[in-house]
Amino acid sequence: MVDSPVSLVDVEEGIKVIPGADVIIAQLEKLQLDKLINWGRKSSLWPVTFGLACCAIEMMATGASHYDLDRFGIIFRASPRQADCMIVAGTVTKKMAPVVRKVYDQMPEPRYVIAMGSCACTGNVYRTYSVVQGCDTFLPVDVYIPGCPPRPEALMHGIIKLQELISKERMRWTPLK
Amino acid sequence: MEQEKDLKTRELVINMGPQHPSTHGVLRLKLNVDGETVVKCTPYVGYLHRGTEKLAETMTYIQVIPLTDRLDYISSMTNNVGYCLAVERLFDINVPLRAKYIRTLVSELSRMSSHLLWLATHALDIGAMTVFLYAFREREGILDLFETLTGARLTVSYPRIGGVKRDVTQEFIDKTYAFAEDFPQRIQEYETLIDVNRIWLKRTLGVGAISAEDAINWGFSGATLRGCGVNYDVRKRFPYDAYDLVEFDVPVGKNGDVYDRYLCRVEELRQSTRIVKQCIEALPRGPIMAPDAPKFTLPAKDKVLGDMESLIHHFMLITKGPMTAPKGEIYVAIEAPKGELGFYIVSDGTGKPYRMRIRSPSFVHVSALPRLCEGRLLADVVANIGTIDVVLGECDR
Repeated sequence: MVDSPVSLVDVEEGIKVIPGADVIIAQLEKLQLDKLINWGRKSSLWPVTFGLACCAIEMMATGASHYDLDRFGIIFRASPRQADCMIVAGTVTKKMAPVVRKVYDQMPEPRYVIAMGSCACTGNVYRTYSVVQGCDTFLPVDVYIPGCPPRPEALMHGIIKLQELISKERMRWTPLK
Repeated sequence: MEQEKDLKTRELVINMGPQHPSTHGVLRLKLNVDGETVVKCTPYVGYLHRGTEKLAETMTYIQVIPLTDRLDYISSMTNNVGYCLAVERLFDINVPLRAKYIRTLVSELSRMSSHLLWLATHALDIGAMTVFLYAFREREGILDLFETLTGARLTVSYPRIGGVKRDVTQEFIDKTYAFAEDFPQRIQEYETLIDVNRIWLKRTLGVGAISAEDAINWGFSGATLRGCGVNYDVRKRFPYDAYDLVEFDVPVGKNGDVYDRYLCRVEELRQSTRIVKQCIEALPRGPIMAPDAPKFTLPAKDKVLGDMESLIHHFMLITKGPMTAPKGEIYVAIEAPKGELGFYIVSDGTGKPYRMRIRSPSFVHVSALPRLCEGRLLADVVANIGTIDVVLGECDR
């Protein structure tokens, strides 16, 4: 099958699939395997359903019928164990921060964090005694999406940015022995 | 049989939330369960406490409006209207009729979007995914209308003290009317999906039942109370804005269970459509701001740049807030989609509120969760959280 290049379809540079079959062929050079793994990761980002405040409503709207996140391969998972991306959607309070961190710790590697909305990025107007001034104080944030709340298009833009980040990763996997 | 007698069982403590897809945000419930039965339910709130009330004390009356958006973020418009009404009563401002009609119109649109989201998530929690996708379709329509009018989808900050920010355009009116014409058919679609659905009936009929007397004693309000058979609606009892000028019915349930509250809210969707249509048909011409507006709202930008008087007003309002605030206190309640939303403002004569207390319906309803859940099955907890229509932003403030 591999020898017949006629039936192969290029998905991305260096990655080919046989249509109709779940077989993916990467050119097995060192960097190309990175491409295959990154392609798999970025095309099936599964975020954990974790709404905190207003932004969660926009996150839901993005996932619902009109904007339809499924076409990015994004399916919301209720358990952090099955997720590999966390969208921090909303204000993180000091009472909530340990919980957010615990959910993050429960996620398996590789994991990514999107800070959605001004509250998650910087704390927004809530410069008060109870609000954490940005979730990057206790989480490694990959993508920041400003806005109060960001539009669904902005969230999708952020997700595409994250996909770009993932596709640039090198050697974030354990080589087979 | 002998073996079964020897089996020892014990209560199990289950922690539901704050990260749980069905708790509508960050509500945490500690549940003591005996098998499938909930013995004790303890709600823990405060995971979204942002200190809005304290923050409002450091801001001028105008600056507080965006904060109220983020209380009940599902229907920002009603929060804005509630706050503006409270300040207007405090300042003794008369809002022009056109602004009143516009406010009523957008409040009802907001109520529709809130009820749609409630229906979507409530049905999703109970297991009907299709309703979620259908309801969000119409919700996007309403959010698009808001965008045409205000430029924002969720956090609109559209009403102002003394009126509204911008006049409605013909485009908005046409679109809204077309939407209101079309909407009743859409409601029928949802009803076809779940009204007589056997699973829906099994999960809702008789679940979370509470008597009218109990409901009043627990401080229920809004559709949660009306589902129990109490005909209480702030829009009818203490009309504000243009609610005394439009015709609408208040749907009332009988049994006070999850199903009756569902029926009430769906009927409210229809009534809101009626109000929206009437508002458009009866929309009078005239100003959208109270005549003495410069004293408490920002003047137009072109005036600020060309007129000395406006420049001074602008400067004073930004730096010190409205200077005409009388000393005193005021409590004004409105009918928000979740229930009775009240703003209690104490003024000490400066441009900032001395104290602002928000009476949020969600907080009151959450406190009644143990009453609804205890003695029932674990699966009913999710239905009960959905039926009281809780929003944690407003509950924790």
